[in-house]
Amino acid sequence: MKTLRNSFQTLWKYPSAVMGVLVIIALVVISIYTLVTIPYQEAIRLWRGGEDVWYRNPKFASPSWINFFSAKKYAESFAVQTSDGSMSKVVTSNDQDTSTIASSYTFPFEADVLPQDMILYITSMYQEKQPFLSAEWHTPDGRTIRLTNMAVTQKQTYRFAQDEKLKVKLKTDDVIAALFTDPKTGQIIKGDYQLQLSGATFEPESNMDLEFVFHGQVYGLAGTDQARRDLMLPLLWGTPVALAFGLIASLGTAVLTMVIAALGTWYGGWLDNIIQRITEINIVLPFLSILIMVGTFYSRSIWVILGVTILLSIFSGAIITYRSTFLQVKESMYIEAAKAYGASSPRIVFVYLIPRMIPLLIPGLVSAVPVFVFLEASLAVLGLGDPVLPTWGKIIQDANSNGALYRGYYYWILEPATLLMITGLGFAMLGFALDRVFNPKLRNI
Amino acid sequence: MAVVTQPPAENAVKKGTRRDSTFMRVTRFVSLRILTLFMTVVIGIYLTIMIANMGGYVDQIMRGEIRERITTAIAGGAAFKQMDPATRQKLIEEKIAVEEERVGLNVPIAVRNFRYLSNALTLQLGRAINMTSDSGSKQVRLILLERLPATLLLMGTSQLFLFFSSVFIALNLSRRYGNFWDKLTVAFSPTSAVPPWFYGIFLILIFSALLKILPFGGMVDSPPPSNPIDYSLSLLKHMTLPALSLILSAFFLSIYNYRTFFLIYSSEDYVDMAKAKGLPSRDVERRYILRPTLPNIITNFALLIIALWTGATITETVFLWPGLGRTLYQAIGLYDIPIIVGSTIIYAYLLALTVFLLDFIYALVDPRVKVGGK
Repeated sequence: MKTLRNSFQTLWKYPSAVMGVLVIIALVVISIYTLVTIPYQEAIRLWRGGEDVWYRNPKFASPSWINFFSAKKYAESFAVQTSDGSMSKVVTSNDQDTSTIASSYTFPFEADVLPQDMILYITSMYQEKQPFLSAEWHTPDGRTIRLTNMAVTQKQTYRFAQDEKLKVKLKTDDVIAALFTDPKTGQIIKGDYQLQLSGATFEPESNMDLEFVFHGQVYGLAGTDQARRDLMLPLLWGTPVALAFGLIASLGTAVLTMVIAALGTWYGGWLDNIIQRITEINIVLPFLSILIMVGTFYSRSIWVILGVTILLSIFSGAIITYRSTFLQVKESMYIEAAKAYGASSPRIVFVYLIPRMIPLLIPGLVSAVPVFVFLEASLAVLGLGDPVLPTWGKIIQDANSNGALYRGYYYWILEPATLLMITGLGFAMLGFALDRVFNPKLRNI
Repeated sequence: MAVVTQPPAENAVKKGTRRDSTFMRVTRFVSLRILTLFMTVVIGIYLTIMIANMGGYVDQIMRGEIRERITTAIAGGAAFKQMDPATRQKLIEEKIAVEEERVGLNVPIAVRNFRYLSNALTLQLGRAINMTSDSGSKQVRLILLERLPATLLLMGTSQLFLFFSSVFIALNLSRRYGNFWDKLTVAFSPTSAVPPWFYGIFLILIFSALLKILPFGGMVDSPPPSNPIDYSLSLLKHMTLPALSLILSAFFLSIYNYRTFFLIYSSEDYVDMAKAKGLPSRDVERRYILRPTLPNIITNFALLIIALWTGATITETVFLWPGLGRTLYQAIGLYDIPIIVGSTIIYAYLLALTVFLLDFIYALVDPRVKVGGK
C-alpha cells in the first residue's frame, strides 16, 4: 500500500498526468451537472421529441459563438410569447362583449445574413365567433408593411415566408428578404424592427395568446441539428454515457481478466487449459464484426453492446501477459508462507495473488478507457448507436448522414469530435504517465 | 497498429530433459499444434456462424423479407391481375417455397450451420444471398476477390509504411534518447488513443471541405479515366486521405512502443559489455539489440500482414473505400451470412497459419528456442 502511495506521489511530477486528471475531473463534473439538471427521462423526452418540442429552434443553426470568428454576423434565434410576459399584451374590453388585444415586439437586427424564417403561433379560446388578428411590420427606416389580416382558429400557425398574399403584395418570392432589405438597393437594413399585432375578440370568455418565433442563423452555445434539436443536450448527455461506457467496459474487462488469469494459474490443470483454449478461439473471432452483428440483428441498446464488448475482451492477449506474471508470483516465498499457515486457495488468490498485480492493472485500465469510448462512437457512426440515448457518436452519425461536411455545417461534427478527442487524450495521457510510474522497466526511460 | 508482444511463455527457454530425436520431437509437436489450431479454427468459425444466425432470428427476418418481396411482385405484376385470388395465392406460396429453398431456409438451422461449417472449412465459400459483385456474380469468392485489391492497396501502403518508418525512427530515437525529437514522440504518443476514422473526419474537413484539394471519398474519379497514368493519379489522389488517417492514428504510439522496446533491450548487461569491448555502434545495434528483438518484430510484422486482410471497416466506410472491411459491414446489414463466414474463415486460417509458422521462425532466429522443446 505504501509503495502504491509513493507511486501516486511521483505521478504528479508528470505534466501529462496532471493534465489527464484535470480533464477527467472536468468530465466528471459535467456528468454530475448533466445528470442533476436534465434527468434521464427528460433527456430522452427531449432527444426523441419532434417539432412539438423543438419548434422554437431553427434547423442546422450554427452555435452563436461563431459570430466572434466570422466577418459576417449572423442573427441569433429567439422566441417570445405573451403567456409568460416576454411579449407585451394589453387587453382592452369594449362594449357588446368584444375586446381588443394589442401586442408588439421590438428587436434589434444587426446581422449581415437574413434569418431562416419567422413564425407566429396563435392559440385562442372562443365558443363560436372566431377572434380576428392583424399584423404589421415596422422597419427601422420607417416603412410599415401590413402583413396579414385573418380570423384565427384555436391553434393557428402563421408562417411569414409562406404567405401567398404577402408574396403577391411585396412582388417577391422571398418574403423574409423583402422584410429585412431596402426595396431600392436590396441591402439589409440594420436597426430596430417592430412586429405589431392587434387582435379583436367577440365573446366574453374569448382570449388570444401569441408566440413569435424568430429562426435566426445561429442558436445557443452548441447549435442545432436537422430536427431542430439543441445540440447542447446530446453534448452534455454524451459525457456521462461515454464515461460510463468507457469506465465500466475497461474496469469490467480488466478485473475479470485478472481474476480469471489468477484462478487459472493458481488451480492449473484443466481449468488453466480451458482458459488458454478459450483465449485462442477468442482471438480467431472477428471482434468488430460480432459487435456489428449483435447491433444489427439483436439489440442496439448500449448496455447489451457493453456486455458483449466485455465478454469478448476478457479472453484477450492481456490474459496471456497476466498469466505469465502470475506464474512467477505463484512461486514466490510469501505465497509459500501463506500456504504454510494454512490459507485457503480462494484466500491466497484474492488476498495475496491479485493485489500484487494491481500496479500492472491500473495503467492498462486507464489506457483502455479511450478505446471503449471510441468503440461506442465507432458503432454509432456505423448507425448502430443506442436508439434512445443521446451520445456523441450519434451526433457525428447524424451529421455525416446529413452531409454536414459537404454542406459546411462544421460545428456539427467538430463539437462532439472535440469532446471525444479531449476525453480520449485525457485518459491516454494519464494512462501513459501511470505506465511509466508503475512499470519499473520504463521508469528510467 | 503495431503492438509489441512477448513471445508466448510455452515456447520460451526451457531446456528439455527428455532426449528424443529431433525428428520425433518436431513431428509430435507439429501434429499436436496442427490439431489444436484446427480445433480452434473449427470452434471459432462455428461460433461465428451461430452469431451470424442469432439462433434462428435471422431466418425469421429473411422469411419475412422473401414473403413480402414476392407478394408485392405478384400483386403488382400486370400479368397476374387476371388470375383468380386462389390461384394467385397458390402461385405466391410456390414462389416463396422456391425462393426459400434457394436461400436454404427449408433445411433445419442446426443442419444448415454444419453445412456452412464444413463448406467453410473446405473453403467452398458458396454463393452470397443478397450481395453481388460489380461484375454481377453472386460467388462469395468473386465478391471478396473483387474487393481485395482495394483493401490491399490501402492497408498495404499505410501499414508497411507505418511498420518500416516506425522501426527505423524508433531505432534512431533510441540511439539518442532524451533529445527533443524523442520527447516530442513521447508527448504525442497519447494521440494514438484516437482511431483512424476519427482523424479521417478531420482530414476530410480540412482537405476536402475547406481547402477543396482532395476528394471526400471513393477510389477513383467518376467516370474512371481510361489512360493508365491518369487512373493511377486519380487513385493516388483518392488514397491520400484514408492512408494518411490510418498512418496518423498509429504513428506516434508505434514509434514509442518500438523505441521503448529497443531501450529496454539496450540496457541489458551484454550490450554494455559489447560497448565496453569497443565494438562499433552499428555492430552493437545489429548484433546485440536488433537480434534479440527480432522475434517480436517478426510477430508484429506477421500480425500486420494478417490485418491487411480484414481491412479497416470504419475507415473504409467513412471514406467510401470499396474494400473488404466495408463489404463485410454491408454484408452484415444485408444478413448475408455466406460473406460474413467467408471472410472470417479466411482470416481464421491465415491467423492459424501465421501462429503455426511463427513457432518455427522463432526457432530459426532465436537459438535459445527449440521447436516443441519443453
